[in-house]
Amino acid sequence: MAMLTVEDLNVYYGAIHAIKNVSFYVDEGEIVTLIGANGAGKTTTLQTISGLLRSRTGSIIFQGKNISNTHPHLLVGQGLAQVPEGRRVFLQMSVEENLEMGAFTQPSSGVDRDLEMVYAQFPRLKERRRQVAGTLSGGEQQMLAMGRALMSHPKLLMLDEPSMGLAPILVEQIFDIIRDLNKQGSTILLVEQNAQMALSVAHRGYVLETGKVVTTGTGAELLKDEAVKKAYLGG
Amino acid sequence: MDFLTLMDYLIRGLSLGSIYAIIALGYTMVYGIAKMLNFAHGDVIMVGAYICFFTMNRVGAMFDPETQALAAAVAPALAGVLLSMVVCTVLGVVIEGLAYKPLRQAPSLAVLITAIGVSYFLQNAAQLLWTSSPKYFSPIVGSGQVQAGPLTISHVILVTIVACVVIMLALTFFTNKTKMGKAMRAVSEDKGAAQLMGINVNRTISMTFAIGSALAAIAGVLLCSAYPTLTPTTGSMPGIKAFTAAVFGGIGSIPGALLGGLLLGIIEIFASAYISTQLSTAVVFGVLIVILLVKPAGLLGKTVREKV
Repeated sequence: MAMLTVEDLNVYYGAIHAIKNVSFYVDEGEIVTLIGANGAGKTTTLQTISGLLRSRTGSIIFQGKNISNTHPHLLVGQGLAQVPEGRRVFLQMSVEENLEMGAFTQPSSGVDRDLEMVYAQFPRLKERRRQVAGTLSGGEQQMLAMGRALMSHPKLLMLDEPSMGLAPILVEQIFDIIRDLNKQGSTILLVEQNAQMALSVAHRGYVLETGKVVTTGTGAELLKDEAVKKAYLGG
Repeated sequence: MDFLTLMDYLIRGLSLGSIYAIIALGYTMVYGIAKMLNFAHGDVIMVGAYICFFTMNRVGAMFDPETQALAAAVAPALAGVLLSMVVCTVLGVVIEGLAYKPLRQAPSLAVLITAIGVSYFLQNAAQLLWTSSPKYFSPIVGSGQVQAGPLTISHVILVTIVACVVIMLALTFFTNKTKMGKAMRAVSEDKGAAQLMGINVNRTISMTFAIGSALAAIAGVLLCSAYPTLTPTTGSMPGIKAFTAAVFGGIGSIPGALLGGLLLGIIEIFASAYISTQLSTAVVFGVLIVILLVKPAGLLGKTVREKV
């Protein structure tokens, strides 16, 4: 059984039909990516899964349980973590406090151990643990946002545009980390505008256009697909 | 002006400022978390003062000051403060749940008008319950004085300043060291991201109202201990001045509320001593206008820069 199954999802912003009958699934251990242009509905889909937005119809099954329209704060404890678009770290709190917030639903006895785990993954964060998050660079903030999500021991990690606004060298680094996390056992749902990078790390991908899934296939297949190449990979 | 008088005014200013600061904390914490101005906050102070007044009378009557001097001095004050804190905490949470929570998605103007409505509701309910004739509030710590060198300081002033210091230290500890306090800071920065951490935003907002209202009860008791006339509108002017203090210090900032409150209290006392009693309030608001012209975010207000 898939870890996450989204079926016939419909989401509206007022009268605007933003997500139209979107269906996809993520199996345990996979990296699945949703790619598409700005406004295709990628972020809307993620935010609907994590409960920040409400769906009108359709179902979202996570680990065999229908989680449609559940309050976001209740989903974290069930193993769903989202790294939001634009990172949204708590800029006025220290790096370590940000990570502690990620562990909000966890018993406090394990927090120190989990901090060490995240610091091992992101040594840079350990150096800056006492620094206020607002003083970090964009790449460091992305690492912090990812580390913060890992603190909740997610079964499914959803990443929204992790490469946004980062220099190419940092983009490479972030995607290496995504690959690493997956090798260590994390299941990942990745939303990206950088289709080239996303498809090269993903096992499978879905292409979204104006709120609809138009193509799906393995990462390698989509990288070779003529239509995808033309629209998203620069020829 | 001689030095002793100056010191005396300064201490009085600090005491009045401490009360403003305690009230301003309620405004600033609620603003920081819920991004709304709770104009009913001043009237929660008044309710707290009434509860303390009636409790002190009831409990005071249970002891004989001749034979149980200590109990007669301590028990009524203690019971009064505690009960008024409990009642105000519940009142604050109920106000938030009934009046503000349904408006979470509404425009801020609707919330503001609701807050003013709640304020009038509380004043009129108090008038109905307790009539508009003033009650004479006896200070919770008696009318004793201590001699500090050449200065004479009343117990009320001393207790007020100590209470303010203790509250500030406790709140600083709470917001910086406890899990719930850190969660409150997270919610005040980014509600959506806080929810993604598993933080229940609604519960955090109620908690903030609970803390703010408990502080309002303390402020009410201290205020009426210093200015003993208690009527249903007792809370409104100090409420507005404390709101001014919160803006003055930088609304949303806890140290800002302390600084703004203390400065406001000192300015008000000095203005009434050296300029004119009638003009003191005008001077207070004049200073606010100047500060806001020079520093629109308030003295300690933060302008957050985002890095991309």
